[in-house]
Amino acid sequence: MYVAVKGGERAIDNAHAWLAEERRGDPSVAELSLAQIREQLKLAVNRVMAEGSLYDPDLAALAIKQSRGDLIEAIFLMRAYRTTLPRFGTSRPVETADMACDRRVSATFKDVPGGQVLGPTFDYTHRLLDFKLAAEGAPTEAPTAPPRREPTPHVTSFLRGEDIIQDEPASDATPRDITREPVSFPTDRAARLQTLTRGDEGFILGMAYSTQRGYARNHAFVGELRIGMVPVEMEIPELGFAIEIGEIELTECETVNQFKGSKTEPPQFTRGYGLVFGQTERKAIAMALVDRALRWKELGEDNVGAAAQDEEFVLSHCDNIQATGFLEHIKLPHYVDFQSELELVRKLRREAEAGQARKAAE
Amino acid sequence: MTQEISPQARKGWMSLLATADEARLAALFDTLDAAPDHDWLRAPETGGVMVRGRTGATGAPFNLGEMTVTRCTLKIAGGTVGHGYVQGRSKRQAELAAKLDAMLQTDAAPEVQDKVLAPLRHEKSTARDARAAKAAATKVDFFTMVRGED
Repeated sequence: MYVAVKGGERAIDNAHAWLAEERRGDPSVAELSLAQIREQLKLAVNRVMAEGSLYDPDLAALAIKQSRGDLIEAIFLMRAYRTTLPRFGTSRPVETADMACDRRVSATFKDVPGGQVLGPTFDYTHRLLDFKLAAEGAPTEAPTAPPRREPTPHVTSFLRGEDIIQDEPASDATPRDITREPVSFPTDRAARLQTLTRGDEGFILGMAYSTQRGYARNHAFVGELRIGMVPVEMEIPELGFAIEIGEIELTECETVNQFKGSKTEPPQFTRGYGLVFGQTERKAIAMALVDRALRWKELGEDNVGAAAQDEEFVLSHCDNIQATGFLEHIKLPHYVDFQSELELVRKLRREAEAGQARKAAE
Repeated sequence: MTQEISPQARKGWMSLLATADEARLAALFDTLDAAPDHDWLRAPETGGVMVRGRTGATGAPFNLGEMTVTRCTLKIAGGTVGHGYVQGRSKRQAELAAKLDAMLQTDAAPEVQDKVLAPLRHEKSTARDARAAKAAATKVDFFTMVRGED
């Protein structure tokens, strides 16, 4: 029960003033600029854009500064801002085959056209703290090689030729939009992918890990992981044709999963799909694993009762803004609620004591 | 004064203007001999566009998330209409893009092509190549170890 509580305005104002001061920290230390956050904390910016479901690096940098680096709070600010924007339209589906790849690796095929391109990765670093970064200094310039200008084909396109992998036939069906109509269950893959791509990285990671540990195991290989810029095209009604309205960085992960076949499907490889704003590869891989686990019904697999197979469980709990809103509201005043609980427990206690006293007297 | 424009050409310059850096675009705009006055048909406004992807890269579409876009429409002296659609929240960039879109449909087109579009196109492809060159340097060269059995 929610009850209007008056009072506390002065305390709230003063708390916010102190928050602003604490946000700034020691004034003798130079203040962070948004450009510094955008350029030097780029992966935090990417996460805030992905889970805030709004691609705008400058806004994400502002949200991170305002939230003092609390990324869920920053995501909350992005989501709130997003709701104030008029919707101009929807883009054409992005063509990830045309991506200008900064990184592109396959764990299934060593020799793929376009090759294994590592990009600016943490992989193969020793995870030892680098004290050189504590001192200022420019990094050494990255080496270069003759650039590849042609598009890099998807790895799954090679398997498709052999008809040994499940196909993803193109369609122009209008997908459901979870920002316009709430998800109801059972739902479809489009709504699941939209929910997962903006879901909490930690939650999706945990779910994906549970499938690897044996809860609805689906033997995932990373068929391909690619990161890079992709143009976004939209039909402009006043022009009557489509133009590029921008370019966004995306991480795409396609898993190739072992599949023994079912009553309806022959033995083949099946697929899980992850596509996320920014350089966000942990999230994209996790998303692909969870997407694959949630497809058990359409593939005619057994429901083994694992959490990662339960779309109601996964989709209803993966949104960190919904979750934190409900979780954190319990710290706000519940004085009257609690007063009634207190009265109830006192009354029960009195009755229990009176009952014991009667028993003792008998 | 308005010339026949192919949609392909117009798509090309509008796409280039959509992703240009605002400060760079303004600097290039200032190199033009004359900037026409304009009347707003639709003042600059910022909104969201829902970006879609395809399941498994080739399958059915799904909604990925939104991006910020700013747009406007104006009419320059002489009556030519220009549209600006740019990524992000810069109203100034949308205005410049719309004005250039209008000018590119008039006799001013060759000058705009030379002084604004050509440098932007060159800088965009240079930046893209520079990234691709760094990516290419991280491409793995596999080799087989000599096993030393004989």
